[in-house]
Amino acid sequence: MSIYLPIAEISVNAFLLLGIGGLVGVLSGMFGVGGGFLITPLLFFIGIPPAVAVATGVNQVVASSISGVLAHLRRRTVDLRMGLVLLAGGFAGSLLGIWLFNLLSAMGQIDLFVQLSYVLFLGLIGLLMFLEGVRSLTRARRPGARRRRLHRHLWVHKWPIKMKFRVSGLYISVIPPLMVGALVGVMAAIMGVGGGFIMVPAMIYVLGMPTKVVVGTSLFQIIFVSGFTTMMHATTNYSVDVILAGLLILGGVIGAQLGTRLGLRLNAEQLRILLAVLVLAVAGKIALDLLLQPSELYSVTVLERR
Amino acid sequence: MMRGLALILLPLIAALTSPARSEEVVAALNQNRVALTANFAGSEILVFGAVRHEAPLPEDGPSLEVIVTIQGPSTPVEIWRKARTLGIWVNSDSVRLRAAPSFYAVASTAPLEQALSNTEDLRHRISIPLAIRAAGEAVGRPDATAFTEALVRIRDENDLYQQLDGSVTFERDTLFNTRISLPSNLTEGTYATRIFLTRGGEVIDRYETSIEVSKVGLERWLYTLAHEQPILYGLLALVIALVAGWGASAAFRYMRG
Repeated sequence: MSIYLPIAEISVNAFLLLGIGGLVGVLSGMFGVGGGFLITPLLFFIGIPPAVAVATGVNQVVASSISGVLAHLRRRTVDLRMGLVLLAGGFAGSLLGIWLFNLLSAMGQIDLFVQLSYVLFLGLIGLLMFLEGVRSLTRARRPGARRRRLHRHLWVHKWPIKMKFRVSGLYISVIPPLMVGALVGVMAAIMGVGGGFIMVPAMIYVLGMPTKVVVGTSLFQIIFVSGFTTMMHATTNYSVDVILAGLLILGGVIGAQLGTRLGLRLNAEQLRILLAVLVLAVAGKIALDLLLQPSELYSVTVLERR
Repeated sequence: MMRGLALILLPLIAALTSPARSEEVVAALNQNRVALTANFAGSEILVFGAVRHEAPLPEDGPSLEVIVTIQGPSTPVEIWRKARTLGIWVNSDSVRLRAAPSFYAVASTAPLEQALSNTEDLRHRISIPLAIRAAGEAVGRPDATAFTEALVRIRDENDLYQQLDGSVTFERDTLFNTRISLPSNLTEGTYATRIFLTRGGEVIDRYETSIEVSKVGLERWLYTLAHEQPILYGLLALVIALVAGWGASAAFRYMRG
């Protein structure tokens, strides 16, 4: 069954879109990630114009994050204060990202920039996750291995404008969380992702937050940053397609519940290695596209429709 | 009054019956409106018509040919060429065209170069390369042809540019018809439709009509809202996400008891 998307101005099979949403939903349920990093490249692949794919991907992230954050709020694993600081950075980053997106679109280099960002971030994070997963798998097999220290003094503890974050048990400068938030905001605007896959490691390794509040807090921040980014894309580029978003969300919602159940059957370390392999595969595919000679060297961009 | 009317009509009648225009073409389409609905998956246009002969057909000499073109609204385009820079393939050169048709199909009874002389093609801009060039010359590059050729190749692969030689059926030099399929990724606007009657490569008559392609219903409403009330539209997108996210969470919590 084909459906004509009013903003993308292309007709696509509705079940294909439900399937993509569902697949990404399963993964997000299994791994607790938003899945934007998979949806946006998949939308490119089926021929959705890049601008629409990015803006609509970000809208889908809003829905999947809301459904995730509600569970975390009930479990009290959201550091609202930290979330708000990250959010302040995120809004600034999103504005910068939209500006950059429009500038690079005008220069004809937006596709390259998006692809390079994907290769760089996904490759780096995938590698880190993979090594971490392998290390803890081998550690789990050896009893009596050394444990991580509970409290570490990182460089972020030395910067000015300190603030107490009770839920996280931290007393650190607000500058590093603002920077992390801003980076994620830029990525949301340019890559159409929530940025959870970069924020979660940054919160653990840079800010030193306890693991149990990390996912809930990042989801909390992602809702607002991706919501804000959706609005920015809708008002400056008119590129959010609600029919496309609706189908992806519908598939994603069902998939996420399935994924949560699948995730309970696998152990955490195997899950992490699996996610790392997936992230690396996406990065590798995009890197190959950049490195190998494309079969068509030319591409056509339609300028100012109306 | 009657004399006045006759004075106006007489030259017209004379023109119609003059030996220079011994053949006339009239045509119609099975539809003059294409509605882009939610389940739009392309459309087929049937172009049909007849040739009126004032004089009996000559025994020998070149045969009559019919050429049908459909042209979508033109937009400015930029054509990029990739080149290898620092090991990766990057958009490096571009050519801008002030206007290129978003859709162009040309169907004919015989191969186009046989049905149409070069001079007539230049005058009426019928073949695909000339239809593009008519809309706007590529500026600023000596190798611009490579770029316009790429535009034709890319749009041809997506069925946006179609050259359909021999696809017009022409019966007894009088009745003709052809089907042209419009792909699913159509742009809104007026699609100019031209029918040319040629003999020995010379255009002896032409007929013009048009097809209106527009979004309707929900597609129309959403598109208009997105462009005229972007803030409201953005909020709508967020509300959908909010309801779906919250609804999913609530529904599954309820199912688990």
